[in-house]
Amino acid sequence: MNLKVILDKCDGCGLCAQSCPFGGIVVEGGKAKVLDVCTECGICPESCPTKALDMGGVAVGPAEQGTAAYRHILIFAEQRDLKLTRVAKQLVGKARDLANLLGVKVKAALLGKGVEPLAQELVAVGADVVFLYDDPKLANYQTDAYTKVMFELINAEKPEIVLFGATHIGRDLAPRLAQRLATGLTADCTELEIDEGERLLLQTRPAFGGNIMATITCPEHRPQMATVRPGVLREPDPDPSRRGEVVVKAVKVTDADFGTVVLQIIKAAKQAVNLEDAEIIVSGGRGVGGPDKFPLLEELAGLLGGVVGASRAAVDSGWISHDHQVGQTGKTVRPKLYIACGISGAVQHQAGMKDASCIVAINKDPLAPIFQLADYGIVGDVKEIVPAMVAEIKANWMEGKL
Amino acid sequence: MDFHFTKEHQLLRKMVREFANDVLARTAAEIDETGRWPAENVKLMADLGLFGLPFPHEYGGAGAGEMGYAIALEEIGRVCTSTGTIVGAHTGIGAMAIYLCGTEDQKRKYLLPLARGEKLAAFALTEPNAGSDAAAIQTMAVRDGDEFVLNGTKIWITNGDVADVVTVMAVTDRGLGARGGVTAFIVEKGTPGFEVGSLEHKLGIRGSSTAELVFNDCRIPKDNVLGDFGAGFIVAMKTLDVGRIGLGAGCIGGAQACLDAACRFAKARRQFGKPIADNQAIQWMIADMATELEIARWFVYRTAWMMDTGQKFTREAAMVKLYCSEMASRAANKCLQIHGGMGYMKSFPVERMYRDARIAEIYEGTSEVQRMVIAGQVLRQY
Amino acid sequence: MRIVVPLKQVPDTNNVRIDPKRGTLIREGVPSIINPEDKNALELALSVKAARGGEVIVISMGPPQAEEALREAVAMGADKAILLTDRAFAGADTLATATTLGTAIRKLGGCQLILCGRQAIDGDTAQVGPQLAENLGVPQVTYVRRLDLEDGVATVERELEDGHEVIQVKLPALFTVTKEANKPRYPHARAIMSCYGPGKLECWSLADVGLSEETVGLNGSPTKVKRTFSPQPKGQGEMLSGTKQEVVKALCRRLRGRSLL
Repeated sequence: MNLKVILDKCDGCGLCAQSCPFGGIVVEGGKAKVLDVCTECGICPESCPTKALDMGGVAVGPAEQGTAAYRHILIFAEQRDLKLTRVAKQLVGKARDLANLLGVKVKAALLGKGVEPLAQELVAVGADVVFLYDDPKLANYQTDAYTKVMFELINAEKPEIVLFGATHIGRDLAPRLAQRLATGLTADCTELEIDEGERLLLQTRPAFGGNIMATITCPEHRPQMATVRPGVLREPDPDPSRRGEVVVKAVKVTDADFGTVVLQIIKAAKQAVNLEDAEIIVSGGRGVGGPDKFPLLEELAGLLGGVVGASRAAVDSGWISHDHQVGQTGKTVRPKLYIACGISGAVQHQAGMKDASCIVAINKDPLAPIFQLADYGIVGDVKEIVPAMVAEIKANWMEGKL
Repeated sequence: MDFHFTKEHQLLRKMVREFANDVLARTAAEIDETGRWPAENVKLMADLGLFGLPFPHEYGGAGAGEMGYAIALEEIGRVCTSTGTIVGAHTGIGAMAIYLCGTEDQKRKYLLPLARGEKLAAFALTEPNAGSDAAAIQTMAVRDGDEFVLNGTKIWITNGDVADVVTVMAVTDRGLGARGGVTAFIVEKGTPGFEVGSLEHKLGIRGSSTAELVFNDCRIPKDNVLGDFGAGFIVAMKTLDVGRIGLGAGCIGGAQACLDAACRFAKARRQFGKPIADNQAIQWMIADMATELEIARWFVYRTAWMMDTGQKFTREAAMVKLYCSEMASRAANKCLQIHGGMGYMKSFPVERMYRDARIAEIYEGTSEVQRMVIAGQVLRQY
Repeated sequence: MRIVVPLKQVPDTNNVRIDPKRGTLIREGVPSIINPEDKNALELALSVKAARGGEVIVISMGPPQAEEALREAVAMGADKAILLTDRAFAGADTLATATTLGTAIRKLGGCQLILCGRQAIDGDTAQVGPQLAENLGVPQVTYVRRLDLEDGVATVERELEDGHEVIQVKLPALFTVTKEANKPRYPHARAIMSCYGPGKLECWSLADVGLSEETVGLNGSPTKVKRTFSPQPKGQGEMLSGTKQEVVKALCRRLRGRSLL
C-alpha cells in the first residue's frame, strides 16, 4: 500500500473521505484511515488541507530509461482519404507552443498512400520535420502495420513526447504502441502544458464522467504519450511560406505483419454530421418527444445555418444516429450558439458542450440542470417553443441574415 | 439480530431497480394515461423470473423468499404502481393461494407455469354485496358427480381479464357460512361458463386491469378444490395475510418515489430568493415523510423475515398493510403540497403518484378491516 | 471455445454529483456497477457461447468488493469468475492493468477470444483492451459492434466516426465492444439467488498471478496523478418568461444582440 496517513498532520477533518469516489478512506478516532477498498487513485491527497496524505515515493518502473536521451515532440499526423484530420493540425499547433517552451522541434509522422502533398500542410501549421511513409500497404489504417512503423520510428528518433488525436484510429494505435514501448499513455486529454522545472508534460483530462479533472504526468518513462480530444485545441492558421524538412522513410512492413485484414470500408450512407465544425447547433434530447419531432429541430437549424445535435438519451432511444451525439461519449463541440431542446443537461452532456459561447436551454422541467449552464433559459415544451421560434425568425428576422 | 440484506437479495434489488428504471419508467405515464395493460412488460418480467420470486425452485420459482418478493415490489412500486399491482395480484395472492394451500399435483400443474410467468393468475373473492364483509359472498358451487357447478359474479378482480388461472371463493354450504361453508376453487380460463364481464375505469393504477368475472353453470372438476372442502375462507385469509406484506412493500416504493421527488424539487425551487427547502414548513414535511418511510420499510422487511422463518405474522401483516398504505398516501399528499401548482399538473409525475397511492388503503382489505384484524389479534392476548 | 471477458467494477458516474460548495464528488448513494460496455462484451460472449458452445470466464482486477460485479456476471451466465485482488495491484494505470490481466489470462491457459468493453465510464480511456492485446500478442479490433465467427475466423464490424470497416481476423484475437453491439440481458432472478454458490469464483493474489511487485499497481504504472480539480461552473443565466410569442421574440432580440442571428 502506497497511500499513507501522516498521523501528526491529520486533524480528522474528513475532507479526504468526502473526496474519495470509492469510499476508500474514513475518519476513525479523529484520524483518517485507508481501507482495503482504496484504489490509490490519487484524489484524496489533493483534498487534504494539512498535507497529511502521502502517496509515497514513486518507485522506479520496470523500464527505467534515461529520460535525457529523449528530445523533441512527435505527432501522429492522422489522415483520412488523403485529407489531414483537423485534430492532427490542432496537435501540431499545440506541439509548436510546447516545443518553443522546451527548445525542441516538432516532428510529424505521416503514414498512408499518396499522402506526400499533406507534408507541406503539416509544415504550414508548425511542423519542423515530417517523416513520410508513403506505401500502398499503409493506404488504410491497420493496427499491426501502423504500430510497427511507429514503434520503429520512436525507437530511432527517441521523442520525449508523442501525441495522437483521440479518434477511433488514435485510440486504437496509441495504447498498442504504449504497451510495446512499456511507457505511459494518457487518454483523451483536453489540455497539455509543460512543467518547465521538471521538463514534464502535464496532461489534463476529465475523469468520472467529466465530474473532475485530473492532471497526469509520466515522470520516469519516455516517451510521454497522450491522445487528445478532437476540437479542444485551437487549430493554427496555416503559414504557406513556412519551411520544414520532409524525410522520406522506407516502409518495411510485409503481409506477415498484418494480424487483421480490412475487407471493406463503408462510409455512412449520409454525410456524417460535422458537429465539431458547426458554429450553430440545435440539439435535441428526450424532451423532444420522439423521432418524428426532430424535423422541427432541423428546420430551426436550417434557418440559423446550423446542424442538429442530440443527447445520449435521444441517441439511445434510437431517435437519431450516433454521429449526432454531443457529450462525454459523443462529440465535444464549441459552437458560437448551442440550443439545447428538451435536454436535461446531465454532466455527461455538459462535458461535450459547456464551452459553447452562448447556450440556450428549452425544457419543460424548470429544474433541469441545463438551466444552470444556460445563458438564456425558456421553460416550455419543445414542440411548442421551437415552431414558435421558427415562425418568429421567418416573420421578423430573416432580412438580417442577408 | 442482523439488519443486512444478503448479497443475493442486494443483487436482486439492483436487477429489479435497473429493470424498473430502464423499462417500467418508460411506460409508467403512458399506461396511466391510456389505461393500456402493458403486455410487453409483463412478458419481460416473466422472462426474468419476477413472477415466481417467493416460490421454491421445484415449483418454478426463484427461491428468493417473501423477502426477495418484497424487495422486488418495493423497487417496482417506486416506478410504476400499476405494474406492482399486476405482480401483486399474480404472485402475492393469485399464485400464492395455490402455493399455500394446493396439493402437490395442483402445485405441479398450476403453480409451476404461474411461477415461471408462462401463465397469469388472479384471486377472486369480492362481490357486489361482499366487500369488507367477505363472508357474505353469494357465488355458489353445487356438487354434481365429480364436478362442481359454479354460478355467480365476482367484481374488481385485478388481472381478471388476462389471467389463465383464477382462485375463486364460492359458497358450498349456505347453512355453515364462512366457517365451513365456503370453498376455494382453481378455475382455468376457457372453462365453459366462465366469462369476463365489464372492465373498470379507475382513479389510479390505470395500467392494471380490473375485471368483472361471471360464472354461469361453469363446471369445475373436484380435483380443482383448493385446500380442504369447506375451508375456503381459511384459504382466503391465509393468502391475504401474505399478500399484505407485498402490498406494504409496494407502498414503501411509492413513498420513496414521493420523498425523492419532494426533496429534489424543494432544493431546486426558489421562492423569496432561496430554495423552498430552507423553509421549516417544508423541512418538517420532509422529516415526517422520511421518518414514517423508514419505520414502514423495516416493518415490511421484518414481517417478510417472520414469514420466511416460519413464524406467525397475521397481526404484523395487517399492521404493515394498514400503516404502509396510509403512510404512502400521506407521503403522496405532502409531496404534492411541496410541489404546489406544479404537482397538480399532468406534466409532472406527482399527480399520478398521488392518485396511485390511494388504492392501497382500500384493496385487499380496507384500513378499517385491517384495524378489525389488528384489534382482534391484540385483544385476544388479554 | 474459451472466451475471456475482462470486466471492471465502476462507480455509476451517471449518479455522481458535485458538492457545489466544496467542489468534491458526492459519493454517498452512488452504486457500484459493472462497467456498462463490459456488459455488452459479456452479452456478446454469452451469445457466442449459446451459438457455438464453450465457456465464458470473467476476470476482474480490483478490491475485494469487485466480487459483486463478478457474481453479477455469473448470474448473467458466465461459467467462472477470477478476481485478481491484492493490495499490490492498487493504483494501477492502464499499462500495469493490462500486464496483470494478460499474465493472469496466460495462467488460465489462454483462450480463443477476449471480449472487452470499449471503455470504462470512470476513466473513459479505452486503453486496457489494446494494451492487453499487445501483452497477449494477439491481434485486436476496437469499436466492434458486430461479430460473426466461422471456422476460427472472425468477421467484425468496426465503427468509425464516419462509417464502419469490415475486418477479418483469425482467432485468437481481442475485440473491444461498443454499446451498439447488443442490449445486455438482466440476470434471471433464479440465477441471482444461486450466483454466490460455491465453485464459481476464485480469488488470485499477486503470488497466484506470479508477477513481481514492481510490475503491478502503482509501482508498475508509468503515469502518475499529479492533481485533481473540479471544472469551473458557469455563472447564472437569464430565464425568459411570458407567452411563447414573447419568449421567442425576447430570445431572438438577445441572439441578434450577440450577432448570433
